[in-house]
Amino acid sequence: MIRELVIVSGKGGTGKTSVTAAFASLAQNSVLCDADVDAADLHLLMAPVVRKKTDFMGGSLAEIRREDCVECDRCRELCRFEAISADYVVDPISCEGCGVCVDLCPEHAIDFPVQKCGEWFISDTRFGPMVHARLGIAEENSGKLVSLVRQETRKLAEERGFDLILTDGPPGIGCPVIASVGGAAALAIIVEPTVSGLHDMQRVAELAVHFKVPGLVCVNKFDLNLEMTEKVEAYGRSRNMTLLGRIPFDPIFTRAMIEGKNVMEYAPDSQAAAAINDVWGKVMAFPAMNVMGIKDFSSIIK
Amino acid sequence: MIISIASGKGGTGKTTVATNLALSLGKGTRLLDCDVEEPNAHLFLHPEITETEEVSTVIPIIDDALCTGCKKCAEICRFRALTVVGKKVLVFPELCHSCGGCMEVCPEGAVTEGKRQLGVMESGHCGELGFSQGRLRVGEAMSPPLIKKVQKNRNDASTIIIDAPPGTSCPVIAAMKGSDFVLMVTEPTPFGLHDLKLAVEAVKILGIPSGLIINRADIGDDRVVAYAKEEGLPILMEIPFDRKIAEAYSCGIPIVEAMPEWKNKFRSLYGRIEKLVPSGGQPQ
Repeated sequence: MIRELVIVSGKGGTGKTSVTAAFASLAQNSVLCDADVDAADLHLLMAPVVRKKTDFMGGSLAEIRREDCVECDRCRELCRFEAISADYVVDPISCEGCGVCVDLCPEHAIDFPVQKCGEWFISDTRFGPMVHARLGIAEENSGKLVSLVRQETRKLAEERGFDLILTDGPPGIGCPVIASVGGAAALAIIVEPTVSGLHDMQRVAELAVHFKVPGLVCVNKFDLNLEMTEKVEAYGRSRNMTLLGRIPFDPIFTRAMIEGKNVMEYAPDSQAAAAINDVWGKVMAFPAMNVMGIKDFSSIIK
Repeated sequence: MIISIASGKGGTGKTTVATNLALSLGKGTRLLDCDVEEPNAHLFLHPEITETEEVSTVIPIIDDALCTGCKKCAEICRFRALTVVGKKVLVFPELCHSCGGCMEVCPEGAVTEGKRQLGVMESGHCGELGFSQGRLRVGEAMSPPLIKKVQKNRNDASTIIIDAPPGTSCPVIAAMKGSDFVLMVTEPTPFGLHDLKLAVEAVKILGIPSGLIINRADIGDDRVVAYAKEEGLPILMEIPFDRKIAEAYSCGIPIVEAMPEWKNKFRSLYGRIEKLVPSGGQPQ
């Protein structure tokens, strides 16, 4: 059975990608998935060799054909996104792609071409295959692309006989995060011991409740504030999440990143590496990650 | 003058810069926390909230007594928020983008406006500093309409500081649009640089002048500095990695409170930004 571990944080910059990359060193028979399509960084540590590149076609955008437009102003009245200027030019950033103006223009003077919103890739890395993507700048539909990347990862794992997926999730609690969580065997929240880290973790945990997924908590940079670390862990327990352990603050994470390596490769004898090793052991021993794919209802986030 | 604080990568110090800049400027300034998925500025400012407003978006409500099951509403909906089963229209409110198409095309007048709650907007003040924030309802996917609402809450402040969400997609664009200046915050690491480049491209699309703050400037390498030179992106401030700053941050204490000498640094940062904005940030 394929088990997917999704790694999120709520707050950005808590170490999701660094920890995911370190897990990749320790995991057996796994596929990597970068679901942070908006600001993807995992590839910077993985040096993926792209084997297959596919365009991501998102929504359509309205385009007014000036030669056919009689300036009746109907489109401007209809548009709820203020996307059409007084001289009948559609602002592609404001256009929501609803097509209402396209369907209701009395002159049929508006085209609605499908847009390429990004690309997604199947790659090989030194830790096995990786599926990742690049959403175009200022684009919408990030949730759709996240869903696509996760589906393609699962398909690849099924076809090639991998039984573990490591998914590096996006920050926040909005559309791309909602698309990242459903169907995961377990959700690991990487938290930094700060007031923001705790606040944002609470919101992502509340979101996770809707999806009924088993939850894990790992405190990164725990020694920056022990009191906050304890608060984070207490909150995790109150939500029925399992504690994975604590990773110390260590500049070797940055140095490893500069070398394009994860911390297990760069400094295998460091305390940080030992802590991650322990954390990984607990992830794999978590009942919800069982190889039979039996859902563990006793450990879902409450 | 409207200044947006953006970054591409999360956790680089947007909220730190936004709150400390706002606190240093004080009177006549308003901070708008547009990171509505994870608003954090309030954790440092402890504002007194005096107004709370529910923000909602329009969704269709079908009057079954008038509906003939003609399917026109489902046909115009690009977001599959309406579907017709037999003669009955089913609405999936979470998929609705509030375009109003279904209401427009229904020949029977059977589609009327309902509401889906997006979140709340809270306003108040922190001493002389004005404050507003959006808080997205947990489970809501669409943040841009809430961000736009918060972004318009300018009252009579002469300086607006916008704390933007991370990334480069629609929520960030919604937060930055209409700003006079975008202040980008990064850290000098490969992740910081990679995501900074994306943010710079996004700002270029909007055509807004910008500058850079390098946070934890003494960790990492010099590639961010080299990139900024190449791009002609002015480096307006460097904040060192200082355990004292990191610990104050972890407890929700602004830098200017823990180390008051930073107040002047943030004020002179503002002075440098004023010189980089063509009209000085005054409405033309």
